[in-house]
Amino acid sequence: MFDNLSDRLQGIFSSLKSKGRLTENDIEEAMREIRLALLEADVNFKVVKQFTAVTKERALASDVLESLTPAQNVIKIVLDQLTELLGTSDSKLVLSSRIPNVIMLVGLQGSGKTTAAAKLAHRLKSQNHVPLLVACDVYRPAAADQLETLAGEIGAKLFRGNGVSPVSIAKESIKYAIDNLCDIVIVDTAGRLHVDDQMMQEAAAIKEAVKPDQILMVVDAMTGQDVVNVAQAFAERLDFDGVIMSKMDGDARGGGALSIREVTGKPIKFISEGEKPAAFEEFHPDRMAKRILGMGDVVTLIEKAQQVAADEISEADAQRMARAELTFDDFLTMNKQIRKMGGIGSLLKALPGGEQALGGGKVDENALDKMEVIIQSMTKKERLKPTIINGSRRQRIAAGAGVQVFDVNQLIKQFDETRKMVKKLHVNSEQRPTKGKKGKKGKNRRKGGFGSIPGLGGMSPSALKDIEDMLK
Amino acid sequence: MSFLDRLSEGLSRTRERFTEQLNVIFDKGPALDEEFWDGLEETLILGDFGGPATIEIIEQLQESAQRLALPDGYAVLDRLAETIASMFTQAPGDLLETNPVCVLFVGINGSGKTTTVGKLAKDGVERGRRVLLGSADTFRAAAIEQLDVWATRANVKVIKRDRGADPASVSFEVIEAAEQQDANLVLIDTAGRLHTSDDLMRELQKVLKVTRKRAEQWQVGTNAAQALPVKTVLVIDATTGQNGLQQAREFNRALQLDGVLLTKLDGTAKGGIAVAVSHELKLPILRIGVGEKIEDLRPFNPLDFAQALIGDTRKK
Repeated sequence: MFDNLSDRLQGIFSSLKSKGRLTENDIEEAMREIRLALLEADVNFKVVKQFTAVTKERALASDVLESLTPAQNVIKIVLDQLTELLGTSDSKLVLSSRIPNVIMLVGLQGSGKTTAAAKLAHRLKSQNHVPLLVACDVYRPAAADQLETLAGEIGAKLFRGNGVSPVSIAKESIKYAIDNLCDIVIVDTAGRLHVDDQMMQEAAAIKEAVKPDQILMVVDAMTGQDVVNVAQAFAERLDFDGVIMSKMDGDARGGGALSIREVTGKPIKFISEGEKPAAFEEFHPDRMAKRILGMGDVVTLIEKAQQVAADEISEADAQRMARAELTFDDFLTMNKQIRKMGGIGSLLKALPGGEQALGGGKVDENALDKMEVIIQSMTKKERLKPTIINGSRRQRIAAGAGVQVFDVNQLIKQFDETRKMVKKLHVNSEQRPTKGKKGKKGKNRRKGGFGSIPGLGGMSPSALKDIEDMLK
Repeated sequence: MSFLDRLSEGLSRTRERFTEQLNVIFDKGPALDEEFWDGLEETLILGDFGGPATIEIIEQLQESAQRLALPDGYAVLDRLAETIASMFTQAPGDLLETNPVCVLFVGINGSGKTTTVGKLAKDGVERGRRVLLGSADTFRAAAIEQLDVWATRANVKVIKRDRGADPASVSFEVIEAAEQQDANLVLIDTAGRLHTSDDLMRELQKVLKVTRKRAEQWQVGTNAAQALPVKTVLVIDATTGQNGLQQAREFNRALQLDGVLLTKLDGTAKGGIAVAVSHELKLPILRIGVGEKIEDLRPFNPLDFAQALIGDTRKK
């Protein structure tokens, strides 16, 4: 409903264009829309109230009313304001010189602490630290087993202790870390309700015992207005240092982030999404602001693409692809990447205006399956050298994939087009880096069918950025 | 203890907060000024009612305040419970009381599906129904074991397969077994899934399709050729914010839901999202969960719920 605040503001302002000037009343109406958008994102009511008051003041003070594009100006003010509120440069993990450093994770049941602990360890490991995971959740059945499995997957050490007293497990883990040359200890605690005195007491006792350098609270992005009560209670008892927002792979806007920041003053440090250990990002206030307002997030998309690409494509492959020597195997790889990034639908949604472009309709994700089946019915030689695929080969491939020859023809056609496109991109980026390039991609974007999507995978991140600029 | 008392007891924490906030409104004076309406709006929004539903409630109240020339805030609050209650979509009958019936429980991870199925099984047995459980959550570790424990407690059978089995085939077998055992209340637990995951939503569609198809050939004893109705119920956690509406929309789009069940109302969250879901998607709330015990899963009555939520504001 509030998918695009900017569209709605545009609507308000455009209907008033004939008047030539906007009045304070119009601004008032715009604030109403902003307010609803923020409430829809689960930003706390009190925070919203304060926010709209300040924003209104800024909007009235500046020359928004006289400007020709008031909607954009108001949006800009809102975005700036949100970004400012969401945080500053301190959303980094601050490690002290002490060895081992101790990081403690706390939160409600089911908020995602254990998963976050493993992801954090994975991240620290990639920064050349040696993390130790400590299982202090002795209540939930199999919680320690879960952490052990995750620790095994990422190749981190695990400490379970006696599995009875969380405080003594935490204490002993420090000694274990020193003996085993681990420089960071990550303590995973049990989930607890903020109104459960006994459990909150236990968390305080663990804190007292290990004196953590950082206490991070894990918060589910889907929590509603109640998140403020929860965070406040945790802040009072444990004085945590920062927040990890979890389950960000859903479509919750995560307005709770803003509320926590405003009410407790604690910064959001990390964003966690999905099951994979690498799905753990630093918090970026500007992106979060856009997410809260329901505006596409191209930067994250690009980063995702880079990450996925880094996993999948070797340097040699990338160079070959850049030379526009595309093979059907590359097509398969791209398919896999698109799936990893959440399918065609979520790719489109991440682009500004993408959601409207979809118009509520579903993308046919099956198209990818069909394509894969056809490619898998080709021989190795055919995949590497598609030009050899003649009529009888096409018939054989169609029979093997259980499709019509027509489908095979179509795929080959799409492949040729993609290859041409990549070639053009390549040539253009070498010769004329600006104008013509955008035109080409604009065409590709509009076409939208699945033929052009694999091309997306072949594009460089900077090319995607160009698309974003163009859509603005 | 009357039903209303029991309901009130379970909702007490929720209610205390709510009443507290309403009393703040009173302290500002009962005059129907802007401040009063703002305060009321704030209370509703903090209860996770959501923007559109809140605005509709306020507008309705404002309209009736004017039309009936209500003198002060007290008179308005008297109408509040009724107004909130009227937002709920009501079902002609209780689908969980239908005989026979098969119900699929769906929802996102950790909303409380397995526990709900367990509680309903026990309740059904106590009412003398022939209950059969199905564990179509073949994905989450220990989900099958968890339902097993509940089945033992309720003394009913549970149809299960190994972890990783096709949930649709499990459901198919559940209907087969139900037919053989002449069960009349079949409850199927499914794996939790994010509504944004297309693949998993499609898997759920398949489960429903397969179950329905088999249920069409339902033949029990002499009472042949009467199809077994298969219903879908969404389980929502009361602490969920406005995203709960999106969850409900997506599950509804995929499965055409028949009802909603609201869990975890014993925390400090107010469960206002249920109003928004019921209102927008025209779905009845079938039961509410207000605690850990089996009898804490209660039938839902909109007026009781609204009244328990608001509390007797006049007393204070």
